[in-house]
Amino acid sequence: MSSWFDYTLNGIIIGNIYALLAVGLALIFGVARLINFAHGSVYVVGAYAGFVAVTQFGTPLPLTILIAVAVGALLGLVIERFGLRPLQGYAHIAPLLATIGISFVLDQIMQLTFSPDPRALPSELLQQRFQVGSGTIGALDLLIAAIGLASAGLLYAFLRYTKLGWAVRATAQDRDAAQQMGVNVDAINRTVFAIASGLGALSGLLVGMYYNYIDPAMSFQATLKGVVAQVVGGVGNVPGAIAGSLLLGLVESYGIALFGTSYRNLFAFVLLVAVLVLKPNGLFASRRQTPPEPMTGTFIAPSKPIHIPYRILVALALVAALLPAVLPDPYVLQTLTNAWLYGLAGLSLTLIAGTVGLISLGHAALLAIGGYASALLSINLGVPIGLSILSAGLIAAAIGTLLVFPSFRLRGHYLSIATLAIGEIVSLVILNWESLTRGPIGISGIPPLSIFGIELDTDRSIYWFTLATLVVLAALQFRLLGSHLGRVLRAVRDDDIAARSYGIGLNRYKALAFAVGSFAAGISGGITSHLYSYINHETFNSQLSILALTIVILGGMGNVAGAILGSVLLVGLPEVFRIAAEYRVLIYGLVLLLLIRFRPQGLLGTV
Amino acid sequence: MSRLSSASLLEVRGLTRRFGGLTAVAGIDLDLAEGEFVSIIGPNGAGKTTLFNLMTGLDDPDAGTVRFRGDDITRLPPERLAALGIARTFQHGRVFANLSVMDNVLVGAHVRFRTVRPTWPFPFSLLSPLAELALALIRPRSVAAEEKRMREEALKILSRFGERLLPRLDHPAYSLSYANRRRVEIGRALALGPRLLMLDEPTAGMNQTETAEMQGLIGDLKRSGLSILLIEHKLDMVMQLSDRVVVMDEGSVIANGKPNDVRNDPAVIEAYLGHRRSDAAEASPMPQEAVE
Repeated sequence: MSSWFDYTLNGIIIGNIYALLAVGLALIFGVARLINFAHGSVYVVGAYAGFVAVTQFGTPLPLTILIAVAVGALLGLVIERFGLRPLQGYAHIAPLLATIGISFVLDQIMQLTFSPDPRALPSELLQQRFQVGSGTIGALDLLIAAIGLASAGLLYAFLRYTKLGWAVRATAQDRDAAQQMGVNVDAINRTVFAIASGLGALSGLLVGMYYNYIDPAMSFQATLKGVVAQVVGGVGNVPGAIAGSLLLGLVESYGIALFGTSYRNLFAFVLLVAVLVLKPNGLFASRRQTPPEPMTGTFIAPSKPIHIPYRILVALALVAALLPAVLPDPYVLQTLTNAWLYGLAGLSLTLIAGTVGLISLGHAALLAIGGYASALLSINLGVPIGLSILSAGLIAAAIGTLLVFPSFRLRGHYLSIATLAIGEIVSLVILNWESLTRGPIGISGIPPLSIFGIELDTDRSIYWFTLATLVVLAALQFRLLGSHLGRVLRAVRDDDIAARSYGIGLNRYKALAFAVGSFAAGISGGITSHLYSYINHETFNSQLSILALTIVILGGMGNVAGAILGSVLLVGLPEVFRIAAEYRVLIYGLVLLLLIRFRPQGLLGTV
Repeated sequence: MSRLSSASLLEVRGLTRRFGGLTAVAGIDLDLAEGEFVSIIGPNGAGKTTLFNLMTGLDDPDAGTVRFRGDDITRLPPERLAALGIARTFQHGRVFANLSVMDNVLVGAHVRFRTVRPTWPFPFSLLSPLAELALALIRPRSVAAEEKRMREEALKILSRFGERLLPRLDHPAYSLSYANRRRVEIGRALALGPRLLMLDEPTAGMNQTETAEMQGLIGDLKRSGLSILLIEHKLDMVMQLSDRVVVMDEGSVIANGKPNDVRNDPAVIEAYLGHRRSDAAEASPMPQEAVE
């Protein structure tokens, strides 16, 4: 029985830590209508600020906490000023994508500075434990609980009793009205970002001390946990965020007790998707409450796409096809093969995010499904490789569409979060379904690429195969966009209400677009698995999802030629300039940020 | 058609919609005969657009029924209503901003694309999206012919607006003037081949010349026998076009009759000129604070 006490206690402690994250996210959402994906990066920075303070300067705990909070608050101010303020008046999804870009940049800077290796964050409190009833409680547990309660209390007092707090609440309720009543909403934004980021940094520090472990990669998970807690409690609802955090902490803790550690995140994300789909206003929203602003408005910057004549496209394809004959350099061919594979993922996402406006942040999951499908079909059932890749496309289309279907009713940010969570769920299912996927070991010995029994064992033949696949699928997508479906899908994106009023069933066409897009993604994943000969649940990770999105925005949303161009540039240019691998993600993050700010319509324009 | 000629095309009974403490539409009855032109007028906030939204499936009523050609259509989703032949325009304009003028109108014709959108009975209906995809990609002759026919019709519809839209067929809708966007919206509604056309302030934001032009067009539509419901603030236009005028105020119908009768109805004059501060308290179905 004592273990249940420990699990409950552990759940509450973790819940407290999540609450520090979620409250900040809720505050930011309240005033800026934005789900801040850079929040986890602030959390990591806070943890490392504490780490440096303790290990380099031997600061005592109160000072360490102060330093972490100060560094976090400062970082919050910087993010607000340089990352988000310039985007006022942009499409609602633009700041969200910007925070993703910021988080990539910050995480990479942290990795480059402190190396990706985990560090210990020593704390003198860790050893002290007290006997309470049948269980024990650590001094650190008490401290975390105390900090959680104190922060909540201070925040409550601030929002309730100070003039600035009133202004924050007024801005959250109605930004324009607050501005007209003389509230300086920019200052409010700054204040909120500083407070929220200070709390986030504190959360990172406490987690680091609690587990005596920090690493730069924990950023993404932290963001997700904060988002889950916040959505469960009701987006933008501060008390709800605290309740949601405690609930999430307990669910995870009991889940670990019952099923084991590797299921922990699965619970979090299933909870998230269930709440999003069933109670999008959160568990604690009163029924009368109208949903927050719909936050539609896809990332579609009005622009006239650059029209590339058909003849030129054919000529470019021919040049690409003849390239191996002229330039048989294996390095160039491998790089371009890579670009063609990313191009397939780009085609897929440009249809889903660009043409029909479903900004998917979990796109890598479709490649993962395709990769595993083709690998397992060929290994376990002896399906010929070409056929297995085709099946991979169909399986990715079927599973992907079924998984996302319940989320089609969501709009804007909510849909993006749902796709992100679904992507994580797919990855976790792959990790845990050992009888099928071999779990964390991954699948090795995937047979090499071959078609009609002819093995493709030269760089040149692989290049041609991937190029041909890309050209065929791109041609089909052009044809799709030129049909009545292209028109209908873009109408759904531009104004779903008007589209419905003219007889367009949204689910039908969103599903259709998602299935077609998933097919190309599944094919890309399938081919990749045979090229790598080994895949595991991390082969197709969230970085790939964001890279795909950057490719799509770079080329121009919905733009088929743009997706391929974006892929060649993003995959090829770092090779041309021989940029070391660890700087690439940094560059992708910067490219994403600069694009959103300066050329949201991409290079070739939105179609 | 003939079997319905005596009955109403549209029959609204007791339609009610409350938002919290405010009753935006309070038990409205409304009839429209085949080929009739009825205008709904009333001060801002009278509930006209809410009524339109309830009738077109964008909002669900708290009570009441809507029947169209004898069938109960209350709470049907908008996409089903479109398929039945109800087309509407929107008060603030909802064109597809990134679509060209031509494509906007063609989307209006969506429900009339039969060849490329096969309708199969359940359970085969689950596969019909795949059939639609295949037909869109392969484009057999019949599909191409349908597309061509629809384009010709769309062109014909657009030519109703003279030279306003024809030179701009390929322009994206966001690049159009406000008045032209409203025209595109009406073109899109006509492309549906409506049995009932619902226009929500089609001349809002238009100058006198443009309004007169629009009035001419709507008059033509009326003469072609189309059944039309019009929400409009420009009373001259309403009086000249309407067979019947329905006046709404504070969610209820306060007058219903021939244009000239309505014009002289004291209740209508009062609603527009507003003496109600003094004596509306007991007559008003709304709580006092909502009137303030």
